[in-house]
Amino acid sequence: MSATFLGTPPFPRAAAQALADTQLRHNLAHATTTIRAKRAAVVAEVDRWEELRLAGAAVKEAALLDLDTHLLRLEEQLQARGAVVHWARDAAEACAVVADVARAHGADEVVKVKSMATQEIGLNEALAAEGIAAWETDLAELIVQLGGDLPSHILVPAIHRNRAEVREIFRRSMAEVGRPAPDDLTDEPAALAAAAREHLREKFLRATVAVSGANFVVAETGTLVVVESEGNGRMCLTLPEVLVSVVGIEKVVPTFADLDPLLRLLPRSSTGERMNPYTSTWTGVTPGDGPQEVHVVLLDNGRTRALADQVGRQALRCIRCSACLNVCPVYSRTGGHAYGSAYPGPIGAILNPLMRGTGDPQTDSLPYASSLCGACFEVCPVRIDIPEVLVHLRSRVVDAHRGDAVPSAEALALRGAAAVLSDARRLGALERLSGRAGRLLERYGGRRLPGGRRGLGRLPGPGAAAWTGARDLPSPPPESFRAWWRRTGRHETSGSGT
Amino acid sequence: MSARRSVLDRVRAALADVDPAARDLVPPPAPQVEPVDPAALLDRFVERVADYRSVVERCSDADVAAAVTAAVLGHVGRAGRIVVPEGLPADVVTSLEAALAAVVVDRPGAALSAYELDALDGVVTTAAVGVAETGTLVLDHGPGQGRRALSLVPDLHVCVVRAEQVVPDVADALARLDPLRPATWVSGPSATSDIELDRVEGVHGPRVLHVVVVDPA
Repeated sequence: MSATFLGTPPFPRAAAQALADTQLRHNLAHATTTIRAKRAAVVAEVDRWEELRLAGAAVKEAALLDLDTHLLRLEEQLQARGAVVHWARDAAEACAVVADVARAHGADEVVKVKSMATQEIGLNEALAAEGIAAWETDLAELIVQLGGDLPSHILVPAIHRNRAEVREIFRRSMAEVGRPAPDDLTDEPAALAAAAREHLREKFLRATVAVSGANFVVAETGTLVVVESEGNGRMCLTLPEVLVSVVGIEKVVPTFADLDPLLRLLPRSSTGERMNPYTSTWTGVTPGDGPQEVHVVLLDNGRTRALADQVGRQALRCIRCSACLNVCPVYSRTGGHAYGSAYPGPIGAILNPLMRGTGDPQTDSLPYASSLCGACFEVCPVRIDIPEVLVHLRSRVVDAHRGDAVPSAEALALRGAAAVLSDARRLGALERLSGRAGRLLERYGGRRLPGGRRGLGRLPGPGAAAWTGARDLPSPPPESFRAWWRRTGRHETSGSGT
Repeated sequence: MSARRSVLDRVRAALADVDPAARDLVPPPAPQVEPVDPAALLDRFVERVADYRSVVERCSDADVAAAVTAAVLGHVGRAGRIVVPEGLPADVVTSLEAALAAVVVDRPGAALSAYELDALDGVVTTAAVGVAETGTLVLDHGPGQGRRALSLVPDLHVCVVRAEQVVPDVADALARLDPLRPATWVSGPSATSDIELDRVEGVHGPRVLHVVVVDPA
């Protein structure tokens, strides 16, 4: 039933497929427009939002620049409060820890709090391979799981589905895995939410093992923080006997007081609320309250690779609010699947290459999935300069391909340009040639571009076809600047200031 | 090499370029809301709790038991069966017992199972802190508030918060809390916007949140 991001084509091809889906574009336009307006309203309400962003960014930066110290402190505090701390270099190690814990309790199922880290490491698939069912309990994750689908947004993974589609998914699939949807289920969001409540309640009540992530972990105290809306998180964090939390190492903040700016920035940026309905904090094991066996898995899986990149390490400040997705002119048209990762949108376009490294064609295409408009940086609550990192990563992608046996069309074109532009005679020859072509086109062909200049339609050939498929190429000027300069003799009056 | 050792080694290698002085940087303090007088603070709290489509009412010290009982009756009726934690004021419990079909006390050693909690209609608790700016109640699950499951599984949560517990913003709440105790921050009834970003109140947590603000003034 589960789908996978493996095999997603490079972004331009995946995006072209997504753009052809009119239903998807309608759903995305509606959802991103709604959430943008809500965010803007609650952000405008905060007098000193820019200072708050600075404070939030500084907290995360302070944590990252001294990460080893904070991780050791965290480990010590967690252990002192009765938690078991595990370290995982990669996805396979983290999944193995969770599977081992479930097996140790004879569990053939776990309930899950929505978690980007477990999505990233493919935990559900790894557990399924061990015969352990992982039940997603967030409404949107449930829609994605029941639909055999992939998440397409960090906050609202089923943003690509509308209410009618959700109703169909519930009616078709709930019965296969538990309590069926009611026969008279309508497509009202309230009715759909009620159906999810009924369906999941039996799973919450009987579960012995729960799996969560964490939005923040406090080094000073060993406190984990989960921010949510529905109460499914609280159910998982409270009712089962055993809790395993998979936490990226970049989630650490130094002190309990450091939560202040982050808890104020996140809900306003994310769901457009002053505060999300539920935030749970817990520190190890509390006798008589909640899980009596608590595990924390500290996950690297490429985070240290990102940390080593001096320009890119700021991406680890990300608090997964998804504001950058909602404002992105690219994401809001293509949706999240085209990015081929649990982390889509502008943040995904930098986080994936930073964590995985360059070299894979799909990952290498992501830094180009942007117009560099900068809207993502403007809304980012922790001031990640995404455009700066995108440009930096583009240069890394180019560098990674310098030694390719077959250079790309773009590399060839630029090599040709370098040869021409570095030699005045070659440039002159080319200008004469292009001037002739320009005069011919002026007389016989080309289209009028806005502004009156003539332009060319789509050109044939590798590279050229892709470039001109979405851009107008102005026809070459009949006369070059240098030719005009010579012809009009302006050089004789240079310096006269006319 | 252990995973722990290699992750820590990778972190240190990744930070090799960082100036040791930068490791000790203390972030600048976050900006805080302008202070207001206590009456205005409480007004803001009440207004913002109501914004989440919670029910919110104010009462005096003497009327708490009556207000809580009326609130519970209004939502679940006389046949209602509710749970209360140990440490809820005795007059409130007495008043509830007189009005309802059943009032079960959850206490250590006699804790209700999740299934038993699910069969009950509501819960009454106190709170540890109220946050005016965000309309948030914080429970630290001390006496009168019960363990975390209590205020989660039943469908109605009536929560009593006192005026002196209300603080301006998040930083003040963090300062009042003991990080070693579990805490639950509650801002309105459970909600979701997962279908077309259309907000719907009431998913897995209590679908009704009724806040009684005790204001001696």
